Amino acid sequence: MSEFLQQLLNGLSLGAIYALIALGYTMVYGVLRFINFAHSDVFMVGAFIGYYIGQKVPQNTIGGGLVVLLGAMLGCALLGMLIERLCYRPLRGAATLNVLITAIGVSLLLEYSGQVFFGATPRTFPSVFPSTNFAFGDLVISSNQVVVIVVTALLMVGLQLIVYRTKIGTAMRAVSLNPKAAQLVGVNNDVVISFTFGLGSALAGAGGILYALNYPSIDPLMGVMPGLKAFVAAVLGGIGNIPGAALGGLLLGTVETFVNGSQWSTYKDAIAFAILIIILLFRPAGLLGKVSVEKV
Amino acid sequence: MLNFQNAFSGRVPPSKPAEQLLLALLLNYDTCGLKALSACLYVTPLPIPPMPTRSLLPVFRLALGAGLLAASLTAQETIKIGEFASLTGKEATYGQTVHKGTQFAIEELNAAGGLLGRKLELVSEDDQSKAGESATVVKKLISRDKVVAVLGELTSGRTLEAAPICQMAKIPLISPGATNVSVTTKGNYIFRVCFIDDFQGTVMAKFAYDSLKLRRVAILSSASSAQSVGLAKYFHERFTAAGGTILAEQKYGEGDKDFRAQLTAIKASGAEGIFVPGYYAEAALISKQARDLGLTVPLLGIDGWESSELIAIGGAAVEGAYFSTHYSPENQSPAVVAFNARYRARWGEDSNALSALAYDSAMVLADAIKRAGTTESAKLRDAIAATKDFAGATGKITFDAQRNPTKSAVVLVVKNGKFAFLQDVNP
Repeated sequence: MSEFLQQLLNGLSLGAIYALIALGYTMVYGVLRFINFAHSDVFMVGAFIGYYIGQKVPQNTIGGGLVVLLGAMLGCALLGMLIERLCYRPLRGAATLNVLITAIGVSLLLEYSGQVFFGATPRTFPSVFPSTNFAFGDLVISSNQVVVIVVTALLMVGLQLIVYRTKIGTAMRAVSLNPKAAQLVGVNNDVVISFTFGLGSALAGAGGILYALNYPSIDPLMGVMPGLKAFVAAVLGGIGNIPGAALGGLLLGTVETFVNGSQWSTYKDAIAFAILIIILLFRPAGLLGKVSVEKV
Repeated sequence: MLNFQNAFSGRVPPSKPAEQLLLALLLNYDTCGLKALSACLYVTPLPIPPMPTRSLLPVFRLALGAGLLAASLTAQETIKIGEFASLTGKEATYGQTVHKGTQFAIEELNAAGGLLGRKLELVSEDDQSKAGESATVVKKLISRDKVVAVLGELTSGRTLEAAPICQMAKIPLISPGATNVSVTTKGNYIFRVCFIDDFQGTVMAKFAYDSLKLRRVAILSSASSAQSVGLAKYFHERFTAAGGTILAEQKYGEGDKDFRAQLTAIKASGAEGIFVPGYYAEAALISKQARDLGLTVPLLGIDGWESSELIAIGGAAVEGAYFSTHYSPENQSPAVVAFNARYRARWGEDSNALSALAYDSAMVLADAIKRAGTTESAKLRDAIAATKDFAGATGKITFDAQRNPTKSAVVLVVKNGKFAFLQDVNP
């Protein structure tokens, strides 16, 4: 029983990070209808920003940890907006495929220029948050796992509030629903899209820090696998749907962890992706997605 | 979808994300394919330039002749030796240490006047610790740099990639540290100067059973590393043969960073020790997460653990871990003391198993070139194969019929953030 609880906890903390990255994919997909593949590399840049700020702040303090977290979120938000401005805005009228290929190009650019600037050697991420382990019988909870789950939950609630309770959130939903009509009623689409990229990238930055806290070895290609998993999580939950991304992330993290802890650990990715295929066969729009017909 | 309105038009059919996923998988995962293509283009000889007009032909011939002469002269000047190593990437500390050992050997040889009256030139290539990259760089070393022999790689997986290429080109390959049994079965041009996993698995199983008195252990190995798969198998065989039990055998994949699931299962199995045949990047995270989960049992590792990064990332978690390796600078044998002193004078740090093995691989090659009296590949190969009782830094090297040396191993323990010599194990 305690093994089950431990695995569930391991799965939730891994899934929380997937969910955080998945939110960025889903938000951009929601407004622009394309998948921003550079997102997983913004996640990596977030971890590296944290690495550099982390050396300047006092170690093992909550204050220092928050500075690192906010610094990475801010840096990533700016990077995300810059990417949108330079790479995606000029392609605003182009076919989705063109934008998608550009996104993959930006992704490779970030990965390999990361190798030039940061070096390809893995770095040890500083322990910026104080870390201890809490034991409840056989169940061990590390404070970093708690930080991951709490920060993710807070960011998700914050995101939900922004999207449903603020003016800019309303504008985001309007652009997502019908960009032309939104423009007609006075929404500045460029500002909204830029904001969406900033917000999504800030979440990726937070994800990068949380990931690095738990797995303190970072390198320029660290975003590839978590990014792919998060993308799968977003599709699983129903892409374009914010609670769906969260659900998908948690589900994928938990399934992966349980498979990993069984004797079939070699097949963990195979099983995770098989589940994705099965769910998409029965619910093509994902768990929480709505099936809709393209308007002609 | 050519205009603004369509690109945004309302709801998109649900198949879209799936299509985009497929495309991404193809593009993201096919970088290897793209690289292979560019590598092919790279090594393919340039097309012959069109014939110049008649009046220019003599000039062209003269220039060509001069060029060829110059080329053959420079070829006469140095003996090119190829080296490929993980100078950057996940296992960068391996590659950099190996490179120091190789470079040191070449420098010593050149200081002593080179070989066959010619200086040696080391051509180094970086494989970025990535699968697929070794094949590319070794092809380049052979076809473009025309090296007489290739030294490398430390890891089994990447050596296995390069071995068939060297075998086909009939260029001898000497690996400093590829311990997987199958490496030298790739052909008669493939050699290594380290012991093989069969032996390393026996050493660790014996050490766990006899020295640590463990009876029930778990194995956490990589499913994607040739060395790890082999070692898990040999350790399992030897440990159970000695009378022990393997309680759990868990696997992880390349690039994994989360091992809590496997470790939780191992903890629940009640194992008294964990054998982790993997490289330092994973081993450090595994140790850390094991300690986080309250697993306090001894951790047993292999030669892949030997890196300063193991301690940098693992910190207190790797304290007290044991691992087997090829060499220890703390060993008091005269050959080791002398080598370590010279190495220290050159690099300002102690040698370790990786640099000593790399040094030996270059020295075995140099010895063979000397005995062969030529760099012609078939004769050079025979001379390497005939290496007998060569006194290397890591012990005496004599190749058996499978081109493997028979050598001893050492067991080290992590103590106060340093690797301390624990015991010598003979075959």
